[in-house]
Amino acid sequence: MSIEVRHVTKTFGTFTALQDVSMKVDDGELVGLLGPSGSGKTTLLRIIAGLEVPDDDGRSAVLFHGEDVARRQAGQRQVGFVFQHYALFKHMTVYENIAFGLRVRPRHQRPPRSEIHRRVTELLRLIQLEAFGQRYPAQLSGGQRQRVALARALAIEPRVLLLDEPFGALDAKVRQGLRNWLRRLHDKLHMTTVLVTHDQEEALAVSDRVVVMNQARIEQEGTPAYVFHNPASEFVMDFLGDVNVFPGRIEHGRAVLSGMTIDVPGLTRHPGGSTKVYVRPHELEVRREPVTEPNLPARVVRINQAGSFAKITLTIEGGSEIQVDLPFERYQEINLQPGETVYVSPRKVRVFGAEYMI
Amino acid sequence: MSGPAAPPRRVPAARRAADDPLWLKIVLIAIACGFIGLFLVLPLVVVFTEAFRDGVAAYVRSVREPAAWQAIKLTLITTAIAVPLNLVFGLAASWAITKFEFRGKSVLITLIDLPFAVSPVISGLIYVLLFGMQGWLGPWLSRHNIQIIFAVPGIVLATVFVTFPFVARELIPLMQEQGKDEEQAAISLGAGGWQTFWRVTLPNIKWGLLYGVILCNARAMGEFGAVSVVSGHIRGKTNTIPLHVEILYNEYNVVAAFAMASLLAFLGLVTLAAKSFLEWKVQQQLRETLEPTTMESLS
Repeated sequence: MSIEVRHVTKTFGTFTALQDVSMKVDDGELVGLLGPSGSGKTTLLRIIAGLEVPDDDGRSAVLFHGEDVARRQAGQRQVGFVFQHYALFKHMTVYENIAFGLRVRPRHQRPPRSEIHRRVTELLRLIQLEAFGQRYPAQLSGGQRQRVALARALAIEPRVLLLDEPFGALDAKVRQGLRNWLRRLHDKLHMTTVLVTHDQEEALAVSDRVVVMNQARIEQEGTPAYVFHNPASEFVMDFLGDVNVFPGRIEHGRAVLSGMTIDVPGLTRHPGGSTKVYVRPHELEVRREPVTEPNLPARVVRINQAGSFAKITLTIEGGSEIQVDLPFERYQEINLQPGETVYVSPRKVRVFGAEYMI
Repeated sequence: MSGPAAPPRRVPAARRAADDPLWLKIVLIAIACGFIGLFLVLPLVVVFTEAFRDGVAAYVRSVREPAAWQAIKLTLITTAIAVPLNLVFGLAASWAITKFEFRGKSVLITLIDLPFAVSPVISGLIYVLLFGMQGWLGPWLSRHNIQIIFAVPGIVLATVFVTFPFVARELIPLMQEQGKDEEQAAISLGAGGWQTFWRVTLPNIKWGLLYGVILCNARAMGEFGAVSVVSGHIRGKTNTIPLHVEILYNEYNVVAAFAMASLLAFLGLVTLAAKSFLEWKVQQQLRETLEPTTMESLS
């Protein structure tokens, strides 16, 4: 079941949550909707679910498998929706929660009791909570509750699965476990899924494709690897990971920053002038001795060795701080000490212009 | 003697410093008990002793006297109409306020509080001005032979008005706290409006709702001011228990007055007991859902 959203605009009073947004999710795909809070990603998800209605400007459309569902209410769209704060029915047991969607069906569509029992038991097994059917939501941990919420959504055999920050309220370890579990589940069920998150790591880890949103618009779409390595804008660059920003200039198709002149392929068409130059921490090399490559002298301030990368904070001329991530072996090899002066050279830089990008 | 030796001696002293001195505790408790005794317990005792001063037979006789019996019946009828009406109004109003966004929402919230803000006598007067013979709708009503003021409909109207806020006031904060998530989950799972209400919303608010109904009921039975203005005090016809108590008392029929008053006081005590029971029940339910062990032993 593919999902398509066309020209959707949504305003709440004077606040614009979505501005003429269009996007498509292919059948069986897991798409991560990524963006900071207030970027409109949850609103978009709720519009797909039918929990919000887009502004009526005559152009907007929400299509499931090519069929317009804009006039259908949430309950008739056969959508499995998982809420950030679970929204489990507090007064019902886990079993009753999962069975709810089947029991509220009109009599002629309602499966018999034995069939409901079979399906709920199956789902309890799927979420690995077989022994917890008679518990109440308050007796479960956060991760368990979210799994119940997922099972409840799956019970109605939805055509699409929509997840609104499903792991947002969980702690890091549980979040990672559930995230991997969700990916495995998706590989098994192949259900068209949209996952909303503000955690770029999560979106990049589980999605087939990510859609990065900012200020009511889509900034960029693509596979996680493509978007990470080829960010289309300063925002995407900044949002998808740590980044160092150097103030600089463009002169004759080359970037000039803090005394370095760097060749940037494809920059020849740039009109020139002042700009910002972006470099990821792992794209900077640190050496003791100056080399022929363009480099910057810098002083080591702090070193955080905890992790697979050593995170080194340095100050450059003018006092601003930069961040360098060195693979741990490389860090041990050159054995940096705080206070040392070193030479930093970028392996890859990015410059973004108004209608120009690399 | 510095350092390690000092802390063990200082701990009890610190504990004592955080506590209030004994004499202060005694004085505070005595004031509280004295106040409650003087203003709450003593009047209650007086009501019942005065009611039974001439013995149980006199008590029963004064309650069974036709006018008294009629007052009791009218009070029950009024309550039986006013409470269900306000149950429905209160539910509808709090549902609208907490689950939807609309223009004029704050005006509605203010209006719900109006009966609390306005003196009951004024509330009664409003109905007299509306429906009375000299009122706006009076001539039309009398032409069609409909009597509202100085009759049962007026009493019911005044009671409904005065007790309107109880259910809504109880439910609005509760429903606001619970949010819309569970309802939206139910709807996305295919439940209709009624199913969502009966299966999700109502179970979540049932204790709050019952509490509001109990308070509403107590006030509906005891309302004096508003009812007094619209009733006309027609003995054996438009008197409720509170109005009948006043009449008996003004006639120096002290035993009968207190007998009727004891009925109201008794209703008040029942209400209090029901309220305490509800609070206990809610606490217990909360504890039950929070203790996995109890549930495991059940299943």
